[in-house]
Amino acid sequence: MTAAGIVGATAQVLLVGAGSPLLVGLMRQVRARMEGRAGPGVWQPWRDLRKLLRKEAIAPDGTGPVFRLAPLVLAGTALVAAAVVPIVTTASPLDGSADLFAVTALLALGTVALALAGLDTATAFGGMGASREVVVLALVEPTILMSVFALSARVGSTDLGAIVTSTLHRPELVVSPVSLLAAVALAVVVIAETGRLPVDNPSTHLELTMIHEAMVLEYAGPDLALVEWASAMRLTVLLGLFANLFAPWGIAGASLVMLPVAVVVFALKVALLGGTLAAGEVFMAKLRMFRVPELLAGSFVMAVLAVAASYFLV
Amino acid sequence: MTGSSAPFVVALAAGLLGAVAGIALPRRVRPLGAGVCTAVSGAAGVVAGVAAFAGHPWSAWLPDVVPLAGTRLAVDGLGGLFIAVTGAVGVCAGVYGIAYCRPHGDHALDGRAVQAVTPLFLASMLLVPAAASVTTFLLAWELMAVASLLLVLAEHRHRTSVREAGLWYAVMTQLGMVVLLGGLVGFAAAAHGESFARLREAGRGLSPGVRAAVFLAVFVGCASKAGIVPLHVWLPRAHPEAPAHVSALMSAAMVNLGVYGIVRVGFDLLGGGPAWWWLLVLAAGAGSALYGILQAAVATDLKRLLAYSTCENMGLVLIGVGAAGLLDRAGARPLAALAMTAALLHLVNHSGFKTLLFLAAGSVVRAAGTGDLDALGGLRTRMPVTTVLFGLGALGASALPLGNGFVSEWLLLQGLVKALGSGGTAVAVTMPLAVAVVALTAGLAVATFVKAFGVGFLARARSEKAERATESPRAMLLGMSLAAACCVVLALGPVSVLPGIARAVRVVVPGPDAVTGPVTLRLHGVASTLSPLWIAVALILVLAVLRVTVMRRARRRARLWDCGMGPTSARMEYTATSFAEPLQRVFDNVLAPETDVDVTPLAESAYLVESVTYRARLGDRIEHRIYRPVIAAAAWFGRVARGLGNGSVHRYLGYGFCAFTGVLIVLAVTR
Repeated sequence: MTAAGIVGATAQVLLVGAGSPLLVGLMRQVRARMEGRAGPGVWQPWRDLRKLLRKEAIAPDGTGPVFRLAPLVLAGTALVAAAVVPIVTTASPLDGSADLFAVTALLALGTVALALAGLDTATAFGGMGASREVVVLALVEPTILMSVFALSARVGSTDLGAIVTSTLHRPELVVSPVSLLAAVALAVVVIAETGRLPVDNPSTHLELTMIHEAMVLEYAGPDLALVEWASAMRLTVLLGLFANLFAPWGIAGASLVMLPVAVVVFALKVALLGGTLAAGEVFMAKLRMFRVPELLAGSFVMAVLAVAASYFLV
Repeated sequence: MTGSSAPFVVALAAGLLGAVAGIALPRRVRPLGAGVCTAVSGAAGVVAGVAAFAGHPWSAWLPDVVPLAGTRLAVDGLGGLFIAVTGAVGVCAGVYGIAYCRPHGDHALDGRAVQAVTPLFLASMLLVPAAASVTTFLLAWELMAVASLLLVLAEHRHRTSVREAGLWYAVMTQLGMVVLLGGLVGFAAAAHGESFARLREAGRGLSPGVRAAVFLAVFVGCASKAGIVPLHVWLPRAHPEAPAHVSALMSAAMVNLGVYGIVRVGFDLLGGGPAWWWLLVLAAGAGSALYGILQAAVATDLKRLLAYSTCENMGLVLIGVGAAGLLDRAGARPLAALAMTAALLHLVNHSGFKTLLFLAAGSVVRAAGTGDLDALGGLRTRMPVTTVLFGLGALGASALPLGNGFVSEWLLLQGLVKALGSGGTAVAVTMPLAVAVVALTAGLAVATFVKAFGVGFLARARSEKAERATESPRAMLLGMSLAAACCVVLALGPVSVLPGIARAVRVVVPGPDAVTGPVTLRLHGVASTLSPLWIAVALILVLAVLRVTVMRRARRRARLWDCGMGPTSARMEYTATSFAEPLQRVFDNVLAPETDVDVTPLAESAYLVESVTYRARLGDRIEHRIYRPVIAAAAWFGRVARGLGNGSVHRYLGYGFCAFTGVLIVLAVTR
């Protein structure tokens, strides 16, 4: 456990915590501009959060402790994941406690908490959202683990720090078929996990098409602020993880000096990825719920091919 | 007999005493007497098991206990692990049974048969891993089967479905016994001796054909006990009908012994085998894991769901066992040890959370009078303790962090991932598929247990029965809490059981410990680490900080969003069936649900609908496709054979004459 590691992990949590609403703001702004609107500016999510946090806390009739705890668990798992994942440093003190499997399971724990909260409301919308969300979760899991498998095969470890460091040392690995296939598979999974188009539409107002939004329909005030903030953090962590698995340059190792550089580089990388994602969404419509498994099956095939490639093309 | 066998003798004696107490005590104190004896027997079993894998193996030869063959007992690390796990389940089930068996409504389980057989069942399960000869093993195995059958039939006077379940279980367990008997007796005959020591010596030297036949027979016999698809059909029938503490004993302890048989014979007595044995084991495990969890994901009966989840978890254990055999064969000892450690740790974890889940499910069924998830809900306010405990068990079963299943599935995945490059093409093709199966299983397990917990316990009651539910008595809560405590210890400090598991693994795959490290798990030969404790500490710290900073203010009550239509009712809630409907649709081809929609139009116009009836049935497709034809063929044969005996003495004499002539001809030709 080095000083740089501790400072780096703290910086990661702060960066993700403070920067993730800005990422969401940026993505909305990109979309707005491309659709010919002026857009509210990148600070709007932070203004929304401030407004929601000042509001009164609500206890909808018939909801219980699970409903109240779920936003905390969602935000908590996202924050712990932000501390573990190599975002600006590969020397996080928690790196040895959790590998890529554990991080995906940790994020799944947050999703499960929210799904249970959706069921706890006893409304049709809550149950519907929860049901759809766990289906997506169940089908995403195999792809994630297979991609992890493919990426870890060449390193011999599923520790995130080890995978990122090995890519730093051997940059030619990034353009290997294993990496490319795994990147495609993981990209689909990240989109599905964060509830973006074409799997889910984050800005929908029609209950029947909702997945994520249907589960959180009953949240208001500080609870909703926490859910929104946590969703933004999950998006940032997953995009950052994606960026650093396939393009880790600029990340700080065990040196303190590199940290500020790493923070800036990471912000740029995630902003670029987020902007691309938002731009892509402009040209895309949401898939029918029952076409989503086909998309996920496709990404699973990519992941299987990546694993096969990692064995046969070494 | 040596001194360290004392706890084991105490365990057996307490079991027998419990049987006597179950018969002799008056009805009022009978559950107390039998329950205490069961718990003591279980506790002594834990001590005996721990002593065995703490380095005090013992053996005993009792020539007079069974005529001709005698009884041979020996407990080593592997047997000790299974004895300890069985004992721990026995403690929880025994304590729980004290209150559970008392009369409640029109249910009473304080009859002599149930009370006397429960401790005997536990004692017989403790005996199986201690057996060291074929006769002893088979006797203990059969005693266990018969005792469990009697317990499954406990409530046959209340429901006719119990009899059907009992019949299925009896047939499956006895067919399994026949196959197992054939395999082990053949093994003993080929080895010229029936003690396990003798079999171990002779096992490697037998001809490959005999070895394969023995392994296949033992595998089939044990797989039917472990509930491996397609021999699982008795599980989802017997569990919903058996009393809860019996379900817990069966599902968390008895099925383990199926795995024990496969490991003991396959690895220890036969000394490993060719790759196809282990590929078979792995494939059976993978099929069982996937099919089991798919059926669990769409099941609506709580105990049926848990039964299918047992199929799934035993499948995962067999994936680990098969991978261990395959890697051992390929010469990758450390990885084989890792896979075996993962399998056995998962077995222990499964016993922990399945005990808890079955006991909690029994508590729900007792309070609400039904285990149908579509009729439950809203139990969190009426049964708060049961809800929390079931939630803990569900967390373990869904393999999420902070639950105990997570650690063992992580180990299993590490073993499979690392195995890719170290065992030739067969391994390279199998391992990615196995990882995919484990991953899909993990995802579906999450969906299954979100459904079980979210629909069954949260939200609003979906029936009057669920509305009237009340919390269970204290002894039941204590039994569940003991199981929950085990789950928490396993989840946060798996290191507390890993040395014991390492001892057990060393019996079958010699070498250094696969997993080491006090807090952070470090693997031998794999550069991955995991610290469940630090993850938990970090998460709880963050939760506490968020709770204090963000959620300070008091809450105001408000109406739910009802689209402005007035209050929502319980009929508008999502049920277990509707929750699982998307999954059912995605896996339509595997599950093949039957749905009928009948639309009755009004007499005046075909466009006006008078009524719509919708029926959906989701059966077990394997049962439908494999077992039904066999049963139909057997019934047909029975009907035809009845025509042979029409009562005519002349005809019978004719049969005798034909048979006699046939035998003479055969003798004349062959001699």
